[in-house]
Amino acid sequence: MNRRRTSAADFILNQGTTFFALVLFVIVSGIGVVLILDSLPTIREFGLDFWRTSTWDPVAEMFGAAPFIWGTLYSSLLALAISTPISLGVAIFTSELCPNWLKRPVIFTTELLAAIPSIIYGLWGIFVLVPMVRTLQTSLPDWIREIPLFSGPPYGLSMFTAVITLAIMIIPYTSSVAREVLKAVPIAQRETAYALGATRWEVTKVVLYYARVGIVGAVMLGLGRALGETMAVTMVIGNNLQASWSIFAPQYTMASVIANELLEAGTEMHISALIEIALVLFIVTLIVNAASRLLIWRMTRETKRTVVPAAKAVEIA
Amino acid sequence: MKQTRHWTRRTFFAVALVVTLSAAAWAQKVQINGGGATFPYPIYSKWFSEYNKMHPGIQINYQSQGSGFGIQQIQKQTVFFGATDGPMNNDQLAAALGKVMHFPTVLGAVVPVYNLGSTSDLKFTGPLLADIFLGKVTKWNDPAIAKVNPGVSLPNTDISVVHRSDGSGTTYIWVDYLSKVSPQWKQKVGVATSVNWPIGLGGKGNEGVTGVVKQTPGAIGYVELIYALQNKIAYGSVQNADGQFVKASVESVTAAAAAAAAQMPADFRVSITNAPGKTTYPIASFTWILLYENPKDKAMAKTFVEFMKWALTDGQKFAPDLGYAPLPEAVVKLEMDALKKIRVQ
Amino acid sequence: MSFRLVRRRVTSHVMDALCVLSVVLTLIPLVLILSFVVWKGIGSIDLAFFTQMPKPVGEAGGGMANGIVGTLIIVGMGVIAAVPVGIMSGIYVAQKAGSASADIIRFAADILNGIPSIVIGIFVYGIVVSPFKHFSAIAGGVALGIMMIPLIARTTEELIRLVPTSMMEGALALGATRGRAMFTVVLPAALPGIVTGIVLAIARIAGETAPLLFTSFSNQFFSTDVTQPMAALTVQIYTYAISPYDDWHRLAWAGALVLILLVLSCSVMARFATRRLERMHGGGL
Repeated sequence: MNRRRTSAADFILNQGTTFFALVLFVIVSGIGVVLILDSLPTIREFGLDFWRTSTWDPVAEMFGAAPFIWGTLYSSLLALAISTPISLGVAIFTSELCPNWLKRPVIFTTELLAAIPSIIYGLWGIFVLVPMVRTLQTSLPDWIREIPLFSGPPYGLSMFTAVITLAIMIIPYTSSVAREVLKAVPIAQRETAYALGATRWEVTKVVLYYARVGIVGAVMLGLGRALGETMAVTMVIGNNLQASWSIFAPQYTMASVIANELLEAGTEMHISALIEIALVLFIVTLIVNAASRLLIWRMTRETKRTVVPAAKAVEIA
Repeated sequence: MKQTRHWTRRTFFAVALVVTLSAAAWAQKVQINGGGATFPYPIYSKWFSEYNKMHPGIQINYQSQGSGFGIQQIQKQTVFFGATDGPMNNDQLAAALGKVMHFPTVLGAVVPVYNLGSTSDLKFTGPLLADIFLGKVTKWNDPAIAKVNPGVSLPNTDISVVHRSDGSGTTYIWVDYLSKVSPQWKQKVGVATSVNWPIGLGGKGNEGVTGVVKQTPGAIGYVELIYALQNKIAYGSVQNADGQFVKASVESVTAAAAAAAAQMPADFRVSITNAPGKTTYPIASFTWILLYENPKDKAMAKTFVEFMKWALTDGQKFAPDLGYAPLPEAVVKLEMDALKKIRVQ
Repeated sequence: MSFRLVRRRVTSHVMDALCVLSVVLTLIPLVLILSFVVWKGIGSIDLAFFTQMPKPVGEAGGGMANGIVGTLIIVGMGVIAAVPVGIMSGIYVAQKAGSASADIIRFAADILNGIPSIVIGIFVYGIVVSPFKHFSAIAGGVALGIMMIPLIARTTEELIRLVPTSMMEGALALGATRGRAMFTVVLPAALPGIVTGIVLAIARIAGETAPLLFTSFSNQFFSTDVTQPMAALTVQIYTYAISPYDDWHRLAWAGALVLILLVLSCSVMARFATRRLERMHGGGL
């Protein structure tokens, strides 16, 4: 009796876990395969023009995805520009400055931001952020509003609103990974710098310099989130096909157009076009995430490096 | 070991219980899924809710996702019925998995809604609306708007154009009208449930456009009449083919329908925008339910045909309160005959 | 020299202040969002909200009973689908640690974790909804399940590796096979942490909207039939938020409050549990 049971356990341990691990692998590769197969019609029809042209006209079956690429890149990069310094500030605060008793509460509350569902960011965005952005825009002096970067009517639903929402959403991701990365910097690095008479900020700079690879990884992780974020962005970006430099113009992203159009796409080409957008989103986030994991991994596993750069960094400072 | 067996048995009973319970809950109910146009959603949700009160076992689940959705999902048979305000074109019909029939349910009007604070009762001509949506008229105090609105003080603010982001029958009706009155629109943009908009921002569904216009000072958009009424948003009158400025109402839409009823084609696919008549509102349309002539699920078909009969007769009484015009008698008669073609056995 | 020192000190203090400012800037939106949801939602939370269906457009009142129950059912199915795959592949990776196959599976889990949820939605639409020509709660459960797998797999792996090897060795020394040692000694030791991980995963996916749009779809009626479209709290909040009706906005805020309470309580619970576990293991989690 006993013997049979143990062999069952072994069977599960060997074959069972292998089977389920394979399931996991099949799902991931299956996503890629399904997306490729389903987007073949537009890949064949338009080739690379799909990504270069900007006419999105389901009636004439002309599909150019450039405006969505623009919207996704523009919104994600602007959001990173805002969130990166803030995330780093939070990470430095929690790993370098913060008194011990305050550490937990600060980490806990900043990470709560990550727990809020994106639909709630969207809801809040529509009813709170959008009117605020509109007021901000109308209160700007005319000479600013004539600069192309800030031009256009005060829609409220705009690139800027989406950027703010995205920035808030990715701060907890970037800051928590950055904190881990800073934590992985050997104490010796800090002590050497202090011993050389560095101020706290100079020490932090040494730490940041040492952790730079991992920090880039943390920022890229945030980028991966921003590229694929759907609901909150769809609700506040205005869903407009014209790509524009103006941050107050309503624009469109890759994820938003899928959310808006997949269920009502009338033709095979239209569906295929949307799935091709999903395919590219998949590939891009795959690359960004893989790169970011690699960088973070390299950083956190290589804590045994020598402390030479520290003294050099202090000199630079 | 004994404990394990015990546990297994308990799980088995729990699973069996859940299965039985859900099977029982299932047996009592017929659920029919449909979706599409947002334009008739207020009256459809009223109908389905009323019908559910009369026949508690019948749940008709309607998701207001836009006419594009109604057309695509009926083609692929992911829903039992679709709904649209722009009739399916021949290519779309050919792409379906069988013969799809159109059934007009009510008539409605698409109105230009705007958000200009206290300024109300604006007048628009067709070409003016086309120019605004083409981005040629960009300020509210543009001479073109002032010309048809003498005496109204118009602010020097930007016009924020709001259109649909999804495939929409309301869009179809709107651009169908604009194409009839503006050659440039016809040539540059054309007619479909979703078009390549020259300017503006997109709202999802009539709900979305209304929401955006309501929250955006200086905005103009187009929505089904009921959305303007329920949300107390100002909407303008539009100049009709006879040169009169008419505000959308149940009467002015009925007037548009009367002309169309006489020459209704057998498949009910007809456009009544820019129809003649002094009191006719020019941006009106039927809205259709889409059904397969030979549906797969016969029991469901039977139930739904019964519902349709009710909706086309008794159900019509809910229309005026919600801002829709009831179907002309002659059309109802034609449809009752057409419903008999649906194979329920 | 002294001037330079002063400048360095001032710079240091300014940077400290900027870091504090960053924390404040992060907390402001958190406070704003939470207080807004509570403020706008609390007034509409009553018994009717949990027991009634949405009313037809234009009629006041009604609740979101269908959405609340729908979310619970869809999430429940997601958990059922994800737990075996997640835990077993986690064990696989922990067991074969260091081998190429373990690295591949771990990498696959990380990739899956980073895939945008809307892409998962399209995938499930393509493999479940399209072929069967039917939106269903099951499809929604599959989509959420796929999103949970990597979260559970990674937690399982980490926690099994945290279990001291002496426990495994002890069991082996007593004559247990590897399989028996794993399932009767190591896994039970790691289980509290794994459960915590599952709760965190639930908190994360219960708030998902995008993958449900194309899968479980929505339903204005109360339905427990998993082969049919089913309402979910998140999808309903979306529909109501972009609508023009004040009454629907009211429901959207109330729904948001319920959702946020559900998600945050899961998340807070899991965090406290983690802290207790950390104390038990003497840190290092």
